[in-house]
Amino acid sequence: MTQATTQTETKAEGFEPRIVAFVCNWCTYAGADLAGTSRLQYAPHVRIVKLPCTGRIDPLFILKAYEGGADAVLVSGCHPGDCHYTSGNYHARRRWTIFRRLLSLAGVEEGRLFFSWVSAAEGQKFADLINDVTAQVKAAGPFKHNPARRQAW
Amino acid sequence: MNSIGYYPGCSLSGGGIELDLSIRGLAQLAEVELREIDDWNCCGATAAHNLDHNLAIALPYRILALAEKQGLGEVLAPCAACFSRLKGTNVRLERSGDLKAKMQTIVDLPYSGSVKILSITEFLNRLMELGLADKLPKKLTGLKVAPYYGCLLSRGEDIVSDDAESPSAMEAALRATGAEVVDWNFATECCGGGFSMSLTDAVLDLSNAILADAKAAGADCIVTGCPMCHSNLDMRQLKIQSSGMGQYDMPVLYLSEVLGLAAGMGCDQLGLNRHFIPAMALAHRFDPPPQAAETAEAVSDQRSN
Amino acid sequence: MARIGVFICHCGENIGRTVDCAAVAQESAKLPGVVVSLDYKYMCSDPGQQMIKNAIAEQKLTGVVVAACSPRMHETTFRRAAAEAGLNPYLLEMANLREHCSWVHEDRPIATGKAVDLVRVMVEKVKRNRALYPIQVNVEPTAMVVGGGIAGIQAALDIAAGGKKVILVEKSPSIGGHMARLSETFPTLDCSQCILTPRMVEAASHPNITLMTYSEVEAVDGFIGNFEVTIRKKARYVDPAKCTGCGSCYTKCPQKKIPSEFDALLGKRSAIYTPFPQAVPNKPVIDAEHCTMLTKGKCGVCKKICPRDAINYEDKDELVKVKVGAIVLATGFELWDHSKYGEYGGGRLVDVIDGFQFERLASASGPTAGEIRRPSDGQVPHTVVFIQCCGSRDEKQGMAYCSKICCMYTAKHAMLYRHKVHDGRAVVFYMDIRAAGKGYDEFTRRAIESDGAEYVRGRVSRIYRRADGKLIVRGADTLAGRPVSIEADLVVLADAVVPRKGGEKLAQMCGVGYDTNGFYSEAHPKLRPVETAAAGVFLAGACQAPKDIPDTVAQASACAAKVLGLFAAPKLEREPIVARVNQNLCVHCRACINTCPYGATQDREIKDRQGNVVKVVAEVNEGLCQGCGTCVAICRSNAIDLDGFTDEQIFAEIATLE
Repeated sequence: MTQATTQTETKAEGFEPRIVAFVCNWCTYAGADLAGTSRLQYAPHVRIVKLPCTGRIDPLFILKAYEGGADAVLVSGCHPGDCHYTSGNYHARRRWTIFRRLLSLAGVEEGRLFFSWVSAAEGQKFADLINDVTAQVKAAGPFKHNPARRQAW
Repeated sequence: MNSIGYYPGCSLSGGGIELDLSIRGLAQLAEVELREIDDWNCCGATAAHNLDHNLAIALPYRILALAEKQGLGEVLAPCAACFSRLKGTNVRLERSGDLKAKMQTIVDLPYSGSVKILSITEFLNRLMELGLADKLPKKLTGLKVAPYYGCLLSRGEDIVSDDAESPSAMEAALRATGAEVVDWNFATECCGGGFSMSLTDAVLDLSNAILADAKAAGADCIVTGCPMCHSNLDMRQLKIQSSGMGQYDMPVLYLSEVLGLAAGMGCDQLGLNRHFIPAMALAHRFDPPPQAAETAEAVSDQRSN
Repeated sequence: MARIGVFICHCGENIGRTVDCAAVAQESAKLPGVVVSLDYKYMCSDPGQQMIKNAIAEQKLTGVVVAACSPRMHETTFRRAAAEAGLNPYLLEMANLREHCSWVHEDRPIATGKAVDLVRVMVEKVKRNRALYPIQVNVEPTAMVVGGGIAGIQAALDIAAGGKKVILVEKSPSIGGHMARLSETFPTLDCSQCILTPRMVEAASHPNITLMTYSEVEAVDGFIGNFEVTIRKKARYVDPAKCTGCGSCYTKCPQKKIPSEFDALLGKRSAIYTPFPQAVPNKPVIDAEHCTMLTKGKCGVCKKICPRDAINYEDKDELVKVKVGAIVLATGFELWDHSKYGEYGGGRLVDVIDGFQFERLASASGPTAGEIRRPSDGQVPHTVVFIQCCGSRDEKQGMAYCSKICCMYTAKHAMLYRHKVHDGRAVVFYMDIRAAGKGYDEFTRRAIESDGAEYVRGRVSRIYRRADGKLIVRGADTLAGRPVSIEADLVVLADAVVPRKGGEKLAQMCGVGYDTNGFYSEAHPKLRPVETAAAGVFLAGACQAPKDIPDTVAQASACAAKVLGLFAAPKLEREPIVARVNQNLCVHCRACINTCPYGATQDREIKDRQGNVVKVVAEVNEGLCQGCGTCVAICRSNAIDLDGFTDEQIFAEIATLE
């Protein structure tokens, strides 16, 4: 971690989770933009990785994020029926349904993977989602199987 | 031998006795045993739901629960009103989880919802499938019939499986007898139903319109499956005629009576002699009395006036 | 070796207030591979852009990260600047410090920390970016318009006027569509044929338009700019090159009792026929189903009579392949089948007719020469009942939607009837009057106030035919709160507008979506109303949703504008964010082919020098790929990657977050 972030550690008390969000470019990324233009304040624990579509998400991305120190992963795309690419979010949902069951096998307990639909118009929903996910992960505590976990962002 | 539960209801021992007679006859012919529900009670008919919604469900609930207790998987309710109440109760119980528990408390009998209710048309079509179709030696050639469904055999989309606007459940069976189904307009019109006593004038108007249309379409008789319709069209026809609204002399037969006639059952056995508007002349066209051909002609003459 | 430049924008106070931009620049400078890291008040301003350009030139940068606003805002701006400085624009990435950081967090140290993270992630990504070049797609500057109604004719004329070639495909023997069947049009009551037929002739004679009537689209292959379409030219049995349209054949044809489709089955036609006298092309075809020469080998009158020897009983369907750059679907609509309404007679009452039948009765060129006469006995009806919303706004038995045009044409019908039968009574049953449009409400008011149409708000519950032939129409007048019963002589049902039967097939061929009702789906309900999910395929008219003539014509012209825009440049440039298959890794499991919503992943045969197929692999068609990456995630052998979002880039981003 960089020095700048390390400095912030002194202010943060207790557990500050690290959450990686995989979002699609057309809906959720734009929804996050709207949260910004609407100046909605939300928890600073999420780092967004932008993809063209949730259909692009390889389950390995998620595993890699846990391996890299994330306490939770959030996947968010267009609402069903609204996918910019017609059906990418359906593929993502199907993949996720199966993948979620495999997670415990990989040592990731339930409640560390979140899935949501946030449209480009749902700035408030995005902010609420981030706050909600952050609160849930805070309550769940650090991801203990995480070898790479060093410090909070 | 096939068997099926039987709920005759009140009409079938009263005004609709010929419906009971003809159904029992046909069931015997098709070798289907009718097992009457023990200790059955009133279905509530048109009265109960005007008084108390719980009562309107509790009455049929008890009948259904008794049928289930007796191990009856299917129950025939020949009267269209009984059918509508019983099957309607099944539908309501299925839709609402709380209702079943409430009814169990009121009636003090459990009911899982397993009993399937058959209407008269469903039952008779079943008998036809079970071999009755091959036991119709008489062809009712030349008999023009107007199948009349009324409301309870056509309405309630989750109760009646037929098309509400142009039902056709009677047509196939009627055609199998060799009778001609006339193209008429009032097959699903209201006969006045339960207002027979309280608003008799309205019933006369409504039933008159049905009779007029059947006559205009050239029907020899109206065929129905509902004792209520039957009494309005048959019994009230005398009043309609005496009050000068129209002269029809239109026999009103139950579907089971028409099938019984085609099956060669005797007029008396079918109860055809019990109608207000005499149906015997019509019946004798296909079932002449054994030694009284002359009488039959006489009746026929009388009828044709 | 990577040489990355990082440029932190303050966005005035927008970022600078909560993020310590100078600190972020300092931290970024320490990142491996970063050779220059600067912050500036307004990076998007000219001096800001110049700063980036200079750094690219002076520091020979191999990648740039601009940490500023959302890429949706200024990515294009900065990429253009990079290109101007000689750096491939796809080697520039943006970190979103404004929308995703400074605007949503208040704590300055925390926001600054997050900003550094965002920059780090992008630095690692951009190190792995590679130069991409816009995909050039050749464009065949010819359009195909499917459907020769007013939508297709208008689109074809506008494209042709723009100097581009058009192939207009129509399945019936003449263009003109439904509009040619209308008597008069709302809200002006001008004669439909008078305004349409000049357009039909213009389309037929335009040097840029090739008319293919009596033809249907059989197959569509290819992609935007490069469609290959197979068209079935149905056997006409009449050689259009020889035929002069003299009409001897159909006047002499002995089969004269065939219900005319054009006259909504109210009129009759012969077996060799033109649908209507003003047909374009005005050359007959033989209806193979009814011609006794073709069915039984007996007759041959038309061949004997034809002075030009144009009749050919041996004619066969012909498949024609054409190359086009764009496709306009204008397949129109048909009317809902009201026989599903048992209460309206279930289709058995001959005097209960639909809107098109009334149009033909009212049309001067119709079977009754414009006199309103009912089908059963040819009598002039003295009471006509019009019923709106027949099958529309009925989720249970009909269609859930409003058909939009019925309120207007019913008002028109009532007016036309009253103009023709002065002592007649026109009763209109309606649910609501939806007369939004220029001059539309005035028109319905006129029908009621000047022309005496009786409007009854309520539904009709039953129509039956009394023994004397009167149609008894029973319903409710919900404003008066009482049941009504009307003795009518004729009933006209405003049947719902539904898409053409079998239209799904054409949509699937073209890769166009359709809704549950079968209407073709536009790319965006508001902002892209004529485009579809299939690039290069456009929609005009009622195939997309119920529409009246003005809306149809407007949409058709919009299609033409889109097509002409597409054809304006000889080549089409597309974002190079597309998937690529590593053919050495591909095991041809076809998962990607089944997954792709655009049909962009296709089979490709790899052949040896003798031309034997050695291996089949998947291949991505750049023209069709939209870059969603669903195929990448589904690939079992990791053989596909997505330019701009490669596995390597994303894993680097994730790893950076450790």
